[in-house]
Formats: sequence, C-alpha cells, structure tokens
Amino acid sequence: MSDHMQGADSAGPSHRAVETGVGIAMAVFALVVIAGSIKAGIGWGSEGPKAGFFPFYVGLVVLACSIVNIVQVRIERTRGDLFANWGQLRQVMAVVIPSAIYVAVIPWTGIYIASAVLIAFFMRRLGNYAWSFLSPIAIGVPLIFFIVFERWFLVPLPKGPVEAWLGY
Amino acid sequence: MIEDFSSLFHGFSVAIQPFNIGVMFVGIILGVLIGVLPGLGGANGVAILLPLTFSMSPTSAIIMLSCIYWGALFGGAITSVLFNIPGEPWSVATTFDGHPMAQKGQAGEALTAAFTSSFVGALFAVVMITLVAPLVASFALRFGPAEQFSVYFLAFCSFVGMSKEPPFKTVAAMFIGFALAAVGLDSITGQLRLTFGLESLLNGFDFLIAVIGLFGIGEILLTMEEGLSFKGRLAGINAKVVWETWKQLPRYWVTSLRSCIIGCWMGVSPAGATPASFMSYGIAKRTSRNGANFGKGEIEGVVAPETAAHAAGTAALLPMLSLGVPGSPTAAVLLGGLLIWGLQPGPLLFVEQKEFVWGLIASMYLGNIVGLIVVLTCVPLFAAILRIPFSIIAPIILVICAIGAYTVHNSVFDVVLMMVFGVIGYLLKKCNYPLAPMVLAIVLGDKAEENFRQSLLASQGKLGIFFSNGLVSTIMTLGLIALFWPLISNALARLRTRPAA
Repeated sequence: MSDHMQGADSAGPSHRAVETGVGIAMAVFALVVIAGSIKAGIGWGSEGPKAGFFPFYVGLVVLACSIVNIVQVRIERTRGDLFANWGQLRQVMAVVIPSAIYVAVIPWTGIYIASAVLIAFFMRRLGNYAWSFLSPIAIGVPLIFFIVFERWFLVPLPKGPVEAWLGY
Repeated sequence: MIEDFSSLFHGFSVAIQPFNIGVMFVGIILGVLIGVLPGLGGANGVAILLPLTFSMSPTSAIIMLSCIYWGALFGGAITSVLFNIPGEPWSVATTFDGHPMAQKGQAGEALTAAFTSSFVGALFAVVMITLVAPLVASFALRFGPAEQFSVYFLAFCSFVGMSKEPPFKTVAAMFIGFALAAVGLDSITGQLRLTFGLESLLNGFDFLIAVIGLFGIGEILLTMEEGLSFKGRLAGINAKVVWETWKQLPRYWVTSLRSCIIGCWMGVSPAGATPASFMSYGIAKRTSRNGANFGKGEIEGVVAPETAAHAAGTAALLPMLSLGVPGSPTAAVLLGGLLIWGLQPGPLLFVEQKEFVWGLIASMYLGNIVGLIVVLTCVPLFAAILRIPFSIIAPIILVICAIGAYTVHNSVFDVVLMMVFGVIGYLLKKCNYPLAPMVLAIVLGDKAEENFRQSLLASQGKLGIFFSNGLVSTIMTLGLIALFWPLISNALARLRTRPAA
C-alpha cells in the first residue's frame, strides 16, 4: 500500500498487502475471542464445559489459520498482483461513504427521507441524470415502501420529524 | 410408505389453497427478480423477506420463501444466457453454452432449454426428497447429541474438502462464523460471553444481518468495482420456440438423467450446487457425441449444468428437513426461519409438524410448475428490468437491504452492523475467502456447540464418545475422509498412474 499514483489504472494496493492485512485482522479478532472466552471461563464447571470452552478453541483455530494464511501469502505470491486499482477503489468508496452516512442519519431523519436523498444522490452522482428524471424515482420508491410497510404489512420503520409533522 | 403418501396428498390439499397458490406466484416472481438483480441472491433475498412472513402461518411462509428460492434458481439462468453474467455461482457453467446460443440468435431456445432442464432437475430431486426424507428422518430420530454433532461435523468437513478456495481460508471463515455465533447468551449455562460489556451484543449476531451484509452489500461493492455495464441480448420466447425446443429435448434424456443424479448426490452435501453444475457439464462434454461443439452454443451444454444445479439446489433441502443440517446458504436461511417460527428442524419435524413438512414438500412440486410457467411467460419483462442502469438499481437495493436488516429486530444498530458485514464481505470475497461456510457456521454454531458440550458432559470430557459406537464412528470417519478428500484423491490418482508408468 505504499505507492499513491492517483488515477493511474495500473496502480493500487497489492493483493499481498491487503491479504496480509485481512490475515492480521483475523488474528486480532481471534485474540479478542480467546481473551473473552478466558474471561467467561474455559474450564469444567458444574454443567460440564464452561461458557468460554467452545469459543476458546474456535479462537485458537482462527488464530492458527490466519497465521498459516499470512505466511502462505508472504511466501507464495511473489508477483505484484493488484488488489484493485485506485480508480476501482474510488468507485467502491463512492458507495461505501454515502451508504455509511445514510445508515448514520437514519435514527434522526427516519428511513424514508434518508432513502430519498440516497437514491437522488446516487442517480445524480453516478448516473448524471437530470433532476426532472430522478426526482420522481427518488420520491416514489420510498413512498411505495411506506405504503407497503406501514400500511400493508403494518411493520413500522424508523420515522423522523417530517413523518411526525405529517401525522405518523 | 403408504402413510407418507396420504400425508403428501394432505400436503397438496394445504398447498393448493388459493391463498397459498397466490403466495407461490408472489414468491416465484420476487425470486426471479432477486435472481436477476445484482446484489440480491437467493440467500440474501430470503433473509430480507423473512421478517415480512412472521405474520403468516408457518406453512404459507415457508411456501413463499421456498418459492423465492426456486425463483432465484430460475432467474440465474436468465442473466447467464442473455447477459453472460451468472446471477448465482451455480449458473456459471450455464454461460458456457447459453450465451453463445444467445449470440447466435437462439436466446429463446437456450432459455427454454434452461428452464425446462431446471424444472426436470428440481422435479427429480423433489421425488427423491419425498421418498428418502421420511426414511432419513426416522433413522435420525435415534440420534443422541454425539450423533447429531457428528452430522454437523460431516457437513462442515465436506465444505472444507470440496471448496475451491484454499482449505485454511475456508476453515478460517467457518470458525469466524462459529465465534460470531457464540457471542451473547450461552444457551446452556445462561451466562453472557464475548459481549465485552456492550449492550447491543447481548443477543449476539443475527445470521440474517450477516447474510444481508455479506451477500447483499458485499455484492454491490464488487459490482461497483468491476464497473459492470449490462449489455444484453434480446430474448424472444413464444409458444412456437418453446414447442420446437421441447421436441428436441427428449433426445438428451441420458444427459438429463445423469445430471439429475449428480445434482441430487452433490446437493445433499453442503456447497453442492456449484460443483454439481460444473461436474455435470464436464461429463456431458466428455461423453456427448457433440462434445467438440461444447462452448460454441450446444443445447446439451445448457441442459447438463442447469439440470444438475437445480437438482442440487432442491436436494439441499433434504438434509435441512430431515437432519436439521442445511445443504446451502439459502437452505441455512430457511432453517433459521424455521427456528424463528418456533419449529425445530430435524427428524422430529416429521413427527410433530406433519402438516408443515408435507405442505412444504407438496409446494415444491407445485412451486416448480408455477415457476416454469412464470419464467417462460415473463422473460422479456425480467430482461427489461436487467436493462435498468446500475446507478438506479444500486441505491434501491441498498435501501431494500437496510429495510430488511432493520425489520429483523427493529433495531438501527443492525443496519450499522449490516454495513460493516458488507465491507467485510467485499474484502473476504476479494481475498478468496468463501462466505457460505461462514453463514452456515453462524446459523448452526449454537446447535453444534450445544451437542458437542452435551456429548462431552455425558462422557465426562472424553473425546472418545465421538467414536463410541458404530453409527457415530462411521459418520465421524466419513467426515474425516471428506475433510482430507483433496489429499486422498491425490494419493489415489498417484497410485493409479504408477502401474501405467
């Protein structure tokens, strides 16, 4: 992940670096599981094996596997295969970031308003559609969901101030 | 046996109620949509719609969900033939000959062949389920915790042994699933574990959230990266094309039958549908008189993988119903659904929930007939949906996933979790970690652990209990063989070639 040649199609993080990163993340996850299991007790109690018994060994297996995987990727892959180039990763982030913001604002705005904004943003940003074309879709889709969920299935979804103002 | 047939007829009378037939049509149409849209696969689609079925009776609900599954199986063929994009992994082999046929202007023939073969494969597998499932279930009624654990062991081992991915990655993904399943309340001691004081983790990780994130969001991110643009072929299916194709198909009955058997055999073990479709295609290519034309648009090359994939996809429900061990990620989600409805999957289902089981089996027959009718008549519609640009479809799918994740427990935290699982799914998929075993482990983790600990409790902690009688040792040994199958088959191949050399 050392070179930062922005925009060039041939540049990007190497497969090796990302796989090593994933392996390390798994090893850390395994250590957390092992630590948590030890806290819960891994020995033998009155009802047989204690609560941490099973996850403790599960954690050990994950740890062992992630070490093998890291070693394998460090030894085997000598060529500099790319994980993805920066342009592709920018595309991925163009979904991840707006979606993360979408998820974060749902508790305040409710799901319907947030969805309308998300759809409008995507269509404008990735599809370059005119507002006159995208507005009906951005408003219509959440409206359909509103009717299906709140009216037909009687499943309440998160609602914000606008819905409250409209009397829901 | 006679009793089973009367139960089946009773099942038909349940499945044929107008409401259930309506539910079937809705399920199939939703399923095909899910199958053709990127980011919505069978497992993920069923997971999203599962909470909506909580208000229905379990029988209607499972009919709808299983029909979504059939629909998704059918839908995979549409994208493979018209767009050269396999909607599901088991449709990959269908693209080899299906898409060249479409390029030659025979899209209608290819689709008719694909749908009809799917139908034949599924029907074969359903008949097999009807005959075999009750026997397996009555056999499995004698299972104690050790035997039950050995069945899980076999299922997970065959995943590792048959997976295309590197074994250590498969094991890592699977055991992360087990760890996630362990979070929260321990069902035996009632003690909290691995929550680290976080209140949101009290109930653990719900597999539905994991499925929606890993398969749904992860898939959208992958599609985004590839910068996918759909360039599809036009499809015209009319009665004449269907009839002409049907007249050709009986010629391939040997291929068809062989593919059915391969499909059923592979489908019963987890991760079966994809290898089944490839294996069936490979064997058909080697044995067919037109073998040299395979890959250039041979109709037999569509029949073989489609029959096997659909047979395997259907057969995956056999172990789920009779043993409580799902044969595919989608079957795992269906199994999770049964647990939520308060039904205990496994052999007891055949005793205690007769109406439910046989209603489901009857709906498999009817659902596939409904499916065949729907896909044959609605192909142009589904193809038109596929032409909607990704910049419109992607945010709508994101919203659907978010709503699906929220409705599981009415919790916004789950939506956040779904996003996290989405990014994890993208990274794992890119790094060649299989996601299916992880999902299976999250679903079955608690049960497997429970049986494991109860067995150990009975044996005072001695692992010997897993080899204490003929039955359990046999299953455990089969599991070990499955686990080390790549090594064993290598060794066998070397032994066989040595005398020749």
